[in-house]
Formats: sequence, structure tokens, C-alpha cells
Amino acid sequence: MKNKSLVSINDLSREKILSLLETAGKFEENPNRRLLEGKVIGSLFFEPSTRTRLSFETAANRLGARVIGFSDAATSSASKGETLKDTIMMVSNYADLIVMRHHLEGAARYASEISPCPVINAGDGANQHPSQTMLDLYSILKTQGTLENLHIHLVGDLKYGRTVHSLLFAMRHFNPTFHFISPEELHMPEEYRVFCRKNNIPFTETTEFNESIIANADILYMTRVQRERFSDLMEYEKVKNCYRLTNAMLAGSKPNLRILHPLPRINEIAYDVDDNPKAYYFQQAQNGLYVREALICDVLGIEVE
Amino acid sequence: MNTNKEALQVSALCNGTVIDHIPADKLFEVVNILDIPSMTTNVTIGYNLKSRKLGTKGLIKVADKFFTDEEVNRISLVAPNVVLNTIRDYQVVEKREVKMPEKITGIVKCPNPKCVTNNEPMTTIFEVASKENGTIKCHYCEKETSIEKITLL
Repeated sequence: MKNKSLVSINDLSREKILSLLETAGKFEENPNRRLLEGKVIGSLFFEPSTRTRLSFETAANRLGARVIGFSDAATSSASKGETLKDTIMMVSNYADLIVMRHHLEGAARYASEISPCPVINAGDGANQHPSQTMLDLYSILKTQGTLENLHIHLVGDLKYGRTVHSLLFAMRHFNPTFHFISPEELHMPEEYRVFCRKNNIPFTETTEFNESIIANADILYMTRVQRERFSDLMEYEKVKNCYRLTNAMLAGSKPNLRILHPLPRINEIAYDVDDNPKAYYFQQAQNGLYVREALICDVLGIEVE
Repeated sequence: MNTNKEALQVSALCNGTVIDHIPADKLFEVVNILDIPSMTTNVTIGYNLKSRKLGTKGLIKVADKFFTDEEVNRISLVAPNVVLNTIRDYQVVEKREVKMPEKITGIVKCPNPKCVTNNEPMTTIFEVASKENGTIKCHYCEKETSIEKITLL
């Protein structure tokens, strides 16, 4: 059963990415387009994710679709032991499109193979979250005017951070230079360094995070250093404040620099950064709406004028 | 006559397939991969036979059975240097080496406990990630794993 599901950012070509971003731009101009009148979207959140779910459901509503679904597996038949396959088959009887978040890696790929209707992956465990990557790309394009030849600094948890891995993969089309800034324990995994070398993507690595390290950055992509990732809590206490961005650190930064963060942030971006015009994380989240409207229309094969 | 008897460690085959040069410690895995326990024809399995190349080897003779490339290539995961001899009328008519398949369906268990294939009643699929490094990639969770470390289902 071949349909136009969106499972992994790695499935998208350069051309496809650019055309989706262009469509997202149209939705930014006018987000309220009733292109999905009469359609039903199944919003299946086997794992809670308020931010992503609200963004997708808002996108569906602004397109004029109706939304059915659940926001927690505890309220679905999964809690009675129903298999993923059975839930997907049941919902695909009702819905024209399934948007799903699941804690198991590969769940969305599997769902897309068994479901007669298209599936959009809204996150499958630590694996993929393509709509997040697309909104990151949209934010970069919008603030820099291009995706080409940028210096992108990734800061914080580069080991488990799925958003930074997907961004790395997606940016391979656009000749970036990466700078990996993380504590020793949360280094970029070897497979991604191999990926960079194979694709001739230059990168630097450091454990230092200070004003001079970020002086040449176009994009500063901050992530949360999570306490639960550390086996040694002493280590965590030592590093938790080393990867904290303050307004003072931005004094010598480039005028076009923008700060991105997939959110939620805890303390890795000080509140005094919020008022700096280079802070872009809240608009970044807003861009998620336009990108998701574009993704939904694309998998349903709907042209956007 | 005596020397002949010694040389022939297992009896000759009229029609069928001889799978030779199986590392002894991989023999029973190969037996399972080829689903030999469900076969009804005459099968001879040689274990710990003397081999100049391997020290000891395993050997499987299956009467009246000719394997497809797909069936054969599954063996490459555990024993990449195996040789298959197709026998017709006591003569070796073809010698085949196994090749690693591009897609491996339903044989390998994904080592990622959070992979959907380990939590749902479904078939695993792997694609070859790098032939040089001997790595395969789970079609579902996208994690790569070394062939030397795989577990068979």
C-alpha cells in the first residue's frame, strides 16, 4: 500500500523540502484556508505531547478539517492491549489522514505501511520528528533568507537530541558548516560524524561555550541538557550551567544571528535573552503551524494557491 | 577402495544441493535459516568434518532440493563464505557463492529494545547500510547494527 505518508526527514529530497517551505510561506500570509472542508484527521497521540498536538490540531482546524483522536494512550484501546496495527486499521476506517506520536521507534513507518490513508509522523521515540525539522528549516530560511552556506552551532545534548540529528541530515543539501558544542558525555555520536565526513560537511567540536565560540554563528541551536541522561549526577551538576546562554554572550555576535530552541527550555537560555531581537524560539514554534498546514496539504495531495 | 572411503566423509548425492564450507559453529544456524527441519526429503548433515581451509567444517546435503538465490543469500548473514554445489545425476553442475542480500526480511532481530519490531507482532526488515563495514540498518527504527553482533529470530 503506497501512499504519500511523511515518516522521516531523510525521505525528502532537496527539491521537496524547498517546495514544502514555499507552501508554508503561503500559509504564513494566510493561515485560514478551508482547503480540508469535509475531511477528518485522526490525531493519535499514544504518548502525550501538548505542543506538537496543539500545533497539528490548530493546523487541521485552520484548514477547515475535523479532528478525532486521543491525547494519551491511557485513554485509547492500547491500554487494553490492542496492537498498534489494530488501532491504525480501525482509525483509518474513519479518518482521511492520521497524525501520530508514538514512543516506539519505527512505529510511524510501520503504520504508514499498513494504513490505507496517509500517516504523518509527529515523533516516534528518539527516532524521527520531521515536522519539527521542517519548522527548524523554515525558521532558518525565513531569518537568513537562504539555507545555503550557513554556520550552524548546535549546543547542549547532541547525543540524544533527535532534533539536532534530523537537522544535520536535512541540512546536507545546503552546504552548511556545523559547530558541535556539548559536554563530553553528550557528544555528537560517531555515526553522525561519519555522515558529515561522507557528505563533505565541515564541522568543529568543542566543550567550551562562550562569546568567542559563537562569534561567527548564523544560527545558534540550543537544546536542553537533561538530568536523566547522566549516569553521574556530579557530572550533571558540573555541566548544567556551562551550556547556558546569557544576553551578555551575544554582544559580539553577528547581526543576522538567530537563536533557535525546540522548546521546552529550562534554564539553558537566560530570560534576559528573550528581549534580544536575535531570540527567535517563540516565533520558531509559531512557524510550526504554517509548516504543518503545508505538510498536511502535501500528503493529502491538495494544491495550495 | 579404503582411501576412497576415507575421502568420502559423507555419501554421494544423486540430485540436490550440497552446502559446503560452513564454519562448524555456524552449522545449526544455517540449518535453521534454510528451514531444514521442515523438509521431507533425504537430508545429511555433517558436523565437525575435517577441512583444510577451516579446520573443522559443517556440510549439508539436501536431496531433490534446489535453492533460490533469495533462500541462499539468507545464509550470508551467518556464514558469508559458504559454497553451494548443485548436483544433477551425481555431477556438480553449478557452484554458487552466497551474496549478502540488499534486503533482509524476517530473519534478524533488531537490537534496539525500543524498536517497534520488538513490541508488535510483525516482520523485521533490514537494509544493507555498508557492505565494507558489514553493517545493516533497521527499516523501522533506522538504527544501524554490525552483522557480527546480530541475533537471529
